[in-house]
Amino acid sequence: MGDAADQFFVNLLHRAVGTLPAGLRPILSSLISVVAILSVFAFLFAVTTVLERKGLGRIQNRYGPNRVGPLGFLQPIADGIKSLTKEDIVPHSADRVVHFLAPLVLVFAAFSLYAVLPIGRNMVLADLNAGVLFFFAVSSVMELTIFMAGWSSRNKYSLLGAMRAIAQMISYEVPLILSSVTVVMAAGSLSTVDIVEKQAEYTGFFPHWFVFTPWGFAGFLLFLIAATAESNRSPFDLPEGESEIVAGYYTEYSGFKFALFFLGEYLGLFAISGLGITLFLGGWAAPFSFLTWVPSYLWFFAKLILLIALFIWVRGTLPRLRMDQLMNFAWKFMLPMALLNLVTTAVWHFLAQGVVRWVVCILMIVVAYVLLGRSLMHGSRLEKRVYRFAE
Amino acid sequence: MLFSIFAILTVAGAVAAMSFRNLVHSVLALTFAFAGLAAIYLLLGAQFVGLAQILVYVGAVAILIVFAVLLTRDDGTAPRSILSSSWKESAVVVLLVFGVLAWTISRSLVFGQGGGSLPRDVSMQEIGNALMQRFALPLEIVGALLTVAMIGAVTIAVNEKEERR
Amino acid sequence: MLGEGIVKGMMETARNFFGSYVSKDRLTTVQFPEERLPSIEATRDFPFLVYDGEDWQAGMRCVACQICEKECPPKCIYIEKSKDKKADAVGKPQFYPAVFNIDVSVCMSCQICVEVCPFEAIKMDNEFELSTDDRFEGLLWDKARLSKPNAHYQNIHPTDAAASDAILAEEKAKAEAKTKAAADPKSNATLASALQTASSTQ
Repeated sequence: MGDAADQFFVNLLHRAVGTLPAGLRPILSSLISVVAILSVFAFLFAVTTVLERKGLGRIQNRYGPNRVGPLGFLQPIADGIKSLTKEDIVPHSADRVVHFLAPLVLVFAAFSLYAVLPIGRNMVLADLNAGVLFFFAVSSVMELTIFMAGWSSRNKYSLLGAMRAIAQMISYEVPLILSSVTVVMAAGSLSTVDIVEKQAEYTGFFPHWFVFTPWGFAGFLLFLIAATAESNRSPFDLPEGESEIVAGYYTEYSGFKFALFFLGEYLGLFAISGLGITLFLGGWAAPFSFLTWVPSYLWFFAKLILLIALFIWVRGTLPRLRMDQLMNFAWKFMLPMALLNLVTTAVWHFLAQGVVRWVVCILMIVVAYVLLGRSLMHGSRLEKRVYRFAE
Repeated sequence: MLFSIFAILTVAGAVAAMSFRNLVHSVLALTFAFAGLAAIYLLLGAQFVGLAQILVYVGAVAILIVFAVLLTRDDGTAPRSILSSSWKESAVVVLLVFGVLAWTISRSLVFGQGGGSLPRDVSMQEIGNALMQRFALPLEIVGALLTVAMIGAVTIAVNEKEERR
Repeated sequence: MLGEGIVKGMMETARNFFGSYVSKDRLTTVQFPEERLPSIEATRDFPFLVYDGEDWQAGMRCVACQICEKECPPKCIYIEKSKDKKADAVGKPQFYPAVFNIDVSVCMSCQICVEVCPFEAIKMDNEFELSTDDRFEGLLWDKARLSKPNAHYQNIHPTDAAASDAILAEEKAKAEAKTKAAADPKSNATLASALQTASSTQ
């Protein structure tokens, strides 16, 4: 029973493709998988927009959208109709070709990221030898599209927002990649399928997820913070937060192109959470060995929804970071932390199993964290504010 | 057949990069040419090089060029013609260089050897092993070079800041 | 330590999130139009004409003195006096308005017409859901639309209605005492009228 439910979609695909001529089988199999990925993640995007608004509303002591459909869950349909029927305004002096291409390339890049994520056992679209590298290569294309969007609007503020967005994204790419490199070191392979296979083993009850090791935990936290910055999400949403105040790289886009930008941003968020799950949280592996009868793709989506809830929670809590605070944090805290994490991983790998390596690695990470944290907060006064005239 | 498609796209991107009047358009066309090159690498089975090409060239070098174009002030250049004034001499030089390159490649060992068969897939482990064992010295030299470049950039930036004060 | 504030903040928002499902006083949203906030007594929206009794034309308190028309700042009241007279709230025959129009799209709810009316005839209503798709005729109300019974006034503004009724009752009593004294042929009539003028000037 367990295996049949687990491999349900794989068997379905094989049976569907088997009815077709042998020459076309590889292409049709990929095509059907691509259609499945597109529809599942687009549906997840729709559901996430409602959940985010309702979640943020509840955090802020109000209801979210609750008029359209039962409990407001048909809201994305209303949003989709609205964005499709809005007039598509392109500024007179804007660069029409680049203006048109920017959201397209963004969505294209965002969808390509899902090719290397193993969604279940034997359920990966492309088992590349260098899967993690492919992921980072394609996500660096997304930065260029943001520049294209900001430049083609022929608007000073858009350009400024785009420049800031690119600076933020390339600064946070470094800790992101470094924290993934620790996982690659531990697993010995760049292929995402191998990384998940390594984490799908159990000692007794406990799984071998990398997040349950000191370096994995620190790496996971670094990865999450860098992922929030990569997807331009609160508290790192200065590029798009500015758009609420003055302008940003989205500003000259209306109607469907704006919806495409939104789609691309959320898809990027899901993809990077998916990578985080693959690298640190064990991909499609169950948390305890007695729970392996639940199908693997259900575990993947459960973890994905948990991570999305975490992102929404953080968005509802923290205020926006200023540009210089953002850059300081990336270069002065996260980069040294990521490098030290790398060293800690190596130490973990070479020490023998037992209490000693836990103690040594935890000490290394905690001491580094405290010292770096002190230096980052040096000079900022965080006591209760004293007013001179207002008392 | 796939190779010819990608080759034509790459060459088209490169030609467009030379011939667009708008500087940012030529940067984007150049990026397209980089992507075409990456596709050719991937066709050859060199996964690491192809993906690193995208990561480094499209993700970093193109952005660097874009920043350079945008941060140097453009004083409203008058539309010039695409061909420079000395195009005849440059055409001669270009043909000479192309001739030398083509002659060298045609005399190499790889050329003309079993046309049509793909080379074997090199796995990431082999590349990693080679980098750490056989090519460890070049790796260290490249690392030192990058460090020197970074220190130089930081020094220039720090000096500039002090001068401005 | 770095990150302490973030953790505390996230605990607070988590408390908000789960608390909003559990305790009623966290979610203060009123889901209009299914739920409505109870209207407070001092609500004022647009004017209406008060009438006593059952017949709105016979019991209308307005005597077309046109003071509210003159005092209204945006001049949204239009009154035409009648030719004949009818009895007013205290019983004295007075003119009445043949035409009394208020342009509600102009009215700014300042309540000046209510404050200057000497006859307690015009008061403020509390209806605000008055949307109509007829921009001109739909928002120009005539006296039939504007007349509402005294019972309605007592319902929406109990204290003000009680005060208004007290004033009208006192004036009615004075008027009746006057007519009774005038109908009385004894010489006490002069003493009574002198007492009345003394008490009325007090």
